Amino acid sequence: MKSSFRKAGEFAIEKLILLSGIASIVFVALIFIFLLQEGVAVLKHTSLGAFLGGKFWYPISNPARLGILPLILGSLLVTAGAIVIAVPLGIAAAFYIAEVAPRKLRAVLKSCVEVLAAIPSVVLGFLGIALLVPFLKRFLGLPTGLTAFAGSLMLAFMALPTIITISEDAINAVPREYKEGAIALGATHWQTLVRVIIHGALPGIIAASMLGIGRVIGETMAVMMVTGNAAVIPETLFAPVRTLTATIAAEMGEAAKGTPHYFALFAIGIVLFVISFAINLTADLFLHRGKKR
Amino acid sequence: MRNEGLKEKMGFGVLFLATLVVVVPVLSIVVLILVKGWGALSWKFLFTMPLDGMRAGGIFPAIVGTFYLVLVSIAFSLPIGVMAAIYLSEYARDNALTRTINLAIINLAGVSSVVYGLFGLSLFVVFLKFGVSIVAGALTLGIMTLPVIITSTREALRAVPQSYREVSRSLGASRWQTVRHTVLPRALPGILTGAILSVGRVAGETAPILFTVAAFYLPKLPTSLSDQAMALPYHLYVITTQIPGIPEGYRYGTALVLIGLVLVMNIAASVLRSKYRKKR
Repeated sequence: MKSSFRKAGEFAIEKLILLSGIASIVFVALIFIFLLQEGVAVLKHTSLGAFLGGKFWYPISNPARLGILPLILGSLLVTAGAIVIAVPLGIAAAFYIAEVAPRKLRAVLKSCVEVLAAIPSVVLGFLGIALLVPFLKRFLGLPTGLTAFAGSLMLAFMALPTIITISEDAINAVPREYKEGAIALGATHWQTLVRVIIHGALPGIIAASMLGIGRVIGETMAVMMVTGNAAVIPETLFAPVRTLTATIAAEMGEAAKGTPHYFALFAIGIVLFVISFAINLTADLFLHRGKKR
Repeated sequence: MRNEGLKEKMGFGVLFLATLVVVVPVLSIVVLILVKGWGALSWKFLFTMPLDGMRAGGIFPAIVGTFYLVLVSIAFSLPIGVMAAIYLSEYARDNALTRTINLAIINLAGVSSVVYGLFGLSLFVVFLKFGVSIVAGALTLGIMTLPVIITSTREALRAVPQSYREVSRSLGASRWQTVRHTVLPRALPGILTGAILSVGRVAGETAPILFTVAAFYLPKLPTSLSDQAMALPYHLYVITTQIPGIPEGYRYGTALVLIGLVLVMNIAASVLRSKYRKKR
């Protein structure tokens, strides 16, 4: 009797475990369905081409003009700036931490990177407004420091922990024999690093950079606070821009439910969801290729 | 040969400089907020209501709001996350379902935080009619932290040696009994580490709560989970960008409370982790 109770209990809990396992799939599906349900309605007001390629974002004029090209270009510009800064810096730091730093220093550096990863983006945005923006204005002699460049700097900083940790894992995963073989053949540590280890770690480093890009495109608060939020097609890094994420965050509070504006913001959400899906999928492919070898 | 030695020195020098460029700002940020925010901290700042359009008084309701959000979201995501990890580590075979689950987890981790906000708004606030409330925001945050909890729990479970399971099963224990009495106790510190880290994450997130919970200015404490609430990160955003003439100390003070909360969680997690490593 007792054991049949036990069996029933076990059966129930194992079903619950299976359900929880599937929960992630359900949540991803729910996110997509609910974005679609609200976002697709934008196509009643504008065509897909005019939405993605339209040069004007005047969501509350009458009739509303819902072209998100300035926002897409804003996101791309800020992201490109951030990646140019963060990828070389992150990879170099990962090599230093994984290969060069003495053991004790390595532990300190790793915890610094962890701290950076933990700092909330709104805190970085606050410091950006309080310190970075006035500094850029004075240092570069700009009319305002709230620029795409300020956003790139903040985002580069925020992408660094992702790039460093994943590259470092990839470097550590390179088989010891490769390194020992190169050194036994008379190569210096530096030669081993740039000619041998880097090849073994390359898929992981590419994945790290892609995940860094994903982090940057999706980042919201810090970038909204320092980029000046002007929804115009950007001409230089040193002018205000507005990103896809900042547009949603800044305008959803004012968009009345059921208006074209409201639907358009959800449609921007779909664009972001598709971008992050594609980036994560590709990065995962690189990571697995690295592991199999 | 001497040439190669010089090259090596210069190469390592460049790598070191790059590392400094990363690390020095991190340390300066923490020190700066500590120094500038310390003066604003007082019992009154931490435990009273905001006054005068948030230009005076304290940040108590924001602290309480963040506390509620953390509690409810972890209560939701920890059981689901841990069970999902148990499924992946102890039950799942290498088949299409498992691969799909892994793909879903990767995607949940990559979705932009503001997209979570949209999702929470349309599912919890509007469709399920929870309204703008603590419960809507906490569920949104809970789903967002699932990948962190699942990944860290799975690592902790996988670190338990296979021989433990074999011995337990060979003594006649069922699969669940093995998990419950042999594997889980061993993995507990690792699971807790993940949980603590996700608490830090929940406390610091702003974008997911913008349209699901956050009240601009609400000088009273929430009485139920269906109330709106203030929250620390949103409060910092509001006093930084929306209200002019706030004393600098208030901003740095709020930033210090927020960053202090997050860093204490991280330190707790790493202490737990290193203790656990030593024991093994």
